[in-house]
Amino acid sequence: MTARESSPEKMRAEGLSAWFGGKRALKDITLPLVERKVTAVIGPSGCGKSTFIRCLNRMHEVVPGARTGGKVLLDGRSIYTRDVDPVRVRRRVGMVFQKPNPFPAMSVRDNVLAGLRLSGIVPPDPNRLAEDALRQAALWDDVKDALDRPGGALSGGQQQRLCIARCLALEPEVVLMDEPCSSLDPAATAKIEELIHELRERYTIVIVTHSMQQAARVSDFTAFFNVGELVEYDLADVIFTKPSDPRTEDYITGRFG
Amino acid sequence: MVNDPAAISPSVRPIDEAPRASVDRSLVALGGAAACIVGLVLLALAVSVLGMALPSIRELGFGFVVGRHWDPAHGDLGALPFLYGTIVTSVVALLVAVPVALGVAIFLTDLGPPPLRRPVAALVELLAAVPGVVYGLWAAIVLAPLLRTTLEPALEAHLGFLPMFRGPKVGVGLLCASLVLAVMILPTVASMSREVLRAVPTELREGGLALGATRWDVVRRIVLPHAKSGIFGAVLLGFGRAVGETMAVAMVVGSRPEITGSLLSPGYTMTSVIANEFAEATSVLHVAALAEIGVLLFVLTFAFNVAARILVAKVRGSESATARDVPAREDHEAA
Repeated sequence: MTARESSPEKMRAEGLSAWFGGKRALKDITLPLVERKVTAVIGPSGCGKSTFIRCLNRMHEVVPGARTGGKVLLDGRSIYTRDVDPVRVRRRVGMVFQKPNPFPAMSVRDNVLAGLRLSGIVPPDPNRLAEDALRQAALWDDVKDALDRPGGALSGGQQQRLCIARCLALEPEVVLMDEPCSSLDPAATAKIEELIHELRERYTIVIVTHSMQQAARVSDFTAFFNVGELVEYDLADVIFTKPSDPRTEDYITGRFG
Repeated sequence: MVNDPAAISPSVRPIDEAPRASVDRSLVALGGAAACIVGLVLLALAVSVLGMALPSIRELGFGFVVGRHWDPAHGDLGALPFLYGTIVTSVVALLVAVPVALGVAIFLTDLGPPPLRRPVAALVELLAAVPGVVYGLWAAIVLAPLLRTTLEPALEAHLGFLPMFRGPKVGVGLLCASLVLAVMILPTVASMSREVLRAVPTELREGGLALGATRWDVVRRIVLPHAKSGIFGAVLLGFGRAVGETMAVAMVVGSRPEITGSLLSPGYTMTSVIANEFAEATSVLHVAALAEIGVLLFVLTFAFNVAARILVAKVRGSESATARDVPAREDHEAA
């Protein structure tokens, strides 16, 4: 508990709720996200964990009929007030999706630079920037001779690291990952997990995962969601060794979910 | 049947030819026959129109397609003014309609407020359901006078340095026909483009948005490039419709088989000349010449339709292929 209180919060959800049309997907979530730590969000299918992280960079509202209530703070400032431009929020809070989604027609290099190119920004040294981002995503050695090949031609794991590089090229402060390994094989998964370990030095990371082993391996803090509610949040060690809520215990011991 | 215990017990269920299976089979045969009839009708149509056109093809040869004079009374028959009129009106109609149609499609898929999208889409479909002759009436009564008194003088005053905007300001003519065609093909191009844009995977849009791109940037730099061959297909389909439209054009095109180079002057199109002259054509050659124009139309529209459908199907096909291996996002479908 002391570790939690002394660490600075990068983001915080406060009484956050989310709806799809008339259906409530998140109920009153209050959860801190500690700076330069990995927070894992776990829970059974349909528990609202993906919805939760999509609320953190205002991607939830992209789905027609979706809306949110409550507050999300980034460095203590609400991101849901009228004067906040979601486009700016998304540049500071990047996102990696469940299914690797590189732009198939763009080259590897253009994919990395896509965040800038899409907004019409020409970086002063694009090659340097692309190399930096690809090195951070541990993809440089794989693709340094294939920068002009289409992004869609890479393997699944490489595509996902390309998406991470694309996100890092914008120099975000927070990186959200929505089950980034669910479509990858074990070797590619191991690489991504290794990468998360390195990235935590520089970024605040929130990862949604189906795999409790993965959550235990990569996260400092873990939040357990069930049917749209936050059941328990604590240090990962505590959640996985002596959870205080019986529902958490049932879930991590595989009794449901 | 369910009440009969024998029907449920697996041991007595026969697997050889049962009456139900033969019903299936005869329905397949019936459906197959119906499908064949469609093909046969198309073939019969092509062959008989070609047959009707034979005298003209034999007598006039290739000169028919490049001949600039149309004087049925003296047997001087050239189809070039009609080809010219059809192509000019269709191209101008596309130039006017495509930007608007694309705007509508983008509004309906990406930029419009979601509650408005469905009603606007229905409205666009409604435009397509209005009979051509009604558009023709509107063009003759409203559009042509408006062109004569306001638009054409303004065009000549400001763009008169281009020959295409100089000429008689009589209202009816190629420009009037082009504008009514533009209105008529707008729903076709808009709804096809909308389908093509909808087929662009959501994860690409979200990928762009998550990188801090605006919705317009995503449309411009991701969605449109991804859909471009399908949009080209939608445009070709619109062109096919414009080429084939008859009634509205016949009412306002001016019915004069001339090639003047001006959009303001009266002209003629392939469809409208057939509609206007067929009933009064007396000489064998005149009838055959009209039929030959019909053959040309048939070939033109057939080619454009096939090309358009191939392009649109390509985009949709690639989408359904990617859609299959995307696991549905759990949170959206959770009850």
